[in-house]
Amino acid sequence: MDVVNRRFFLRSAGLAAATGAFIMQSCIKDHDLGPGGTGAVNLGTGDIGILNYAYALEQLEAAFYIQVIATPYSGITDKERRFLTDIRDHEVIHREFFKAALGAAAIKGLSPNFTGIDFNSRASVLGAAKTFEDTGVSAYNGAGILIQDPGYLLLAGKIVSVEARHAAIIRDLLMPNTISFAGDDIIDGNGLDLLKRPSEVLPAIAPFIYDTIDASGLPTP
Amino acid sequence: MNIFKIIDEIQQVDGDAVERLQHATRRSFMTKFSKTLTAAAVPTAMAGIFNKAYAFTPGAIEVLKFALALEYLEDDFYKMGNAAPNLIPAKYKAVFNQIGKHETQHVNFLKGALGAAAPAKPAFDFSAGGAFPNPFGVFDTFVFLSHAFEDTGVRAYKGQAGNLMAKEDEPLLDYALQIHSVEARHAAKSRDILSEIRNNDRIKPWITLDEGSPKPVYAGDENTIQGGVQIIGIAGKSLEAVTESFDEPLTKEAVLAIVKPFIK
Repeated sequence: MDVVNRRFFLRSAGLAAATGAFIMQSCIKDHDLGPGGTGAVNLGTGDIGILNYAYALEQLEAAFYIQVIATPYSGITDKERRFLTDIRDHEVIHREFFKAALGAAAIKGLSPNFTGIDFNSRASVLGAAKTFEDTGVSAYNGAGILIQDPGYLLLAGKIVSVEARHAAIIRDLLMPNTISFAGDDIIDGNGLDLLKRPSEVLPAIAPFIYDTIDASGLPTP
Repeated sequence: MNIFKIIDEIQQVDGDAVERLQHATRRSFMTKFSKTLTAAAVPTAMAGIFNKAYAFTPGAIEVLKFALALEYLEDDFYKMGNAAPNLIPAKYKAVFNQIGKHETQHVNFLKGALGAAAPAKPAFDFSAGGAFPNPFGVFDTFVFLSHAFEDTGVRAYKGQAGNLMAKEDEPLLDYALQIHSVEARHAAKSRDILSEIRNNDRIKPWITLDEGSPKPVYAGDENTIQGGVQIIGIAGKSLEAVTESFDEPLTKEAVLAIVKPFIK
């Protein structure tokens, strides 16, 4: 536990001193994070923070598709298996790329929580895939203005369009040859796609990650 | 409120004001005013129009003009395709209507952002001087051109993001990224239809290596150096997968060379 987290923990504990149970629970939770656990996972600051933010998203997506291909839902078609395998590979490549690019600044491997997803159900799997891909698109779009280095902005651009391709085709698997691939539920009246800042994205993905993510160092608009 | 008086006053401070607000804009502006706006809405509308011309860097204005040129092309292409009788099979009509709708929205949005600086729409020849005969009579040709225009659009916007990094251009970077990912969604679905009608699984929603036609649309997409690092073999994945995972940009010059044959 580093200094900042310890101080934060002690303050929380102090505030809740009246309820011993709360303190107990905090200790248990902290302990549960295991040997590398230091409380919340801090993404860091500046461009490193944004890269870690992307790395967190890619970790989540990669873990999801690895599970999808390891335990395919009943009735999966050849085309679906082909697409989902490709997408798994893309997300694993994105994940490993960010890990390598960040080096020592990379956050740890996160523990995904997919308890809400029924991997045997096509609707559940593709529905979750749709959420992850649309969220990924919105997150990269919203991170653009927070990036300082033009090289990193270009990298985000190279990845976001691949996520958008995934999103479109997952949506099309759910509702073939309808407007859903770029539906009115996500594209606004000016023909603009979703855009969300980290402050909106992180709470949305929190239910899918056991770890707590500390984004307090991220740049803000 | 006397709008022309305000414009004249601004001109006294900034001699370029009238040039920026050219006659066409002023006229349509006046029409809009008299027809639809209440007096209370006038100041906001004024601020909107005036800010557009002044708010962005010259480099960003060039990006907007370039983007508008591409959107004009796409918009006209789908307008003609969607209107052509017996071209698009019923099962794909909703898809191409939706794509066309977005391209029209992009044209209007960019024209609005540019105001008087918006260039006029050029005339197009979608057969590219006969290289693609009967693009609105043969569905395969239409889808082929659609996927090429969409992939070009994705690469074009990507190549311009770095020119929108000035603080005052922030809203434009947001918008450009939002259009960019819509074009990518279009590209994925258009490619999927091309794959289906050609019964060719090698055509995937994502771009493999630099595979695809016309060649210049996919040139350089086989790049494997990302962030200065060679990533061939990363995570034990195939070269195909590595190149599919990153869409590469195109320079403005490369994009203009691609679309030039389609401009009369």
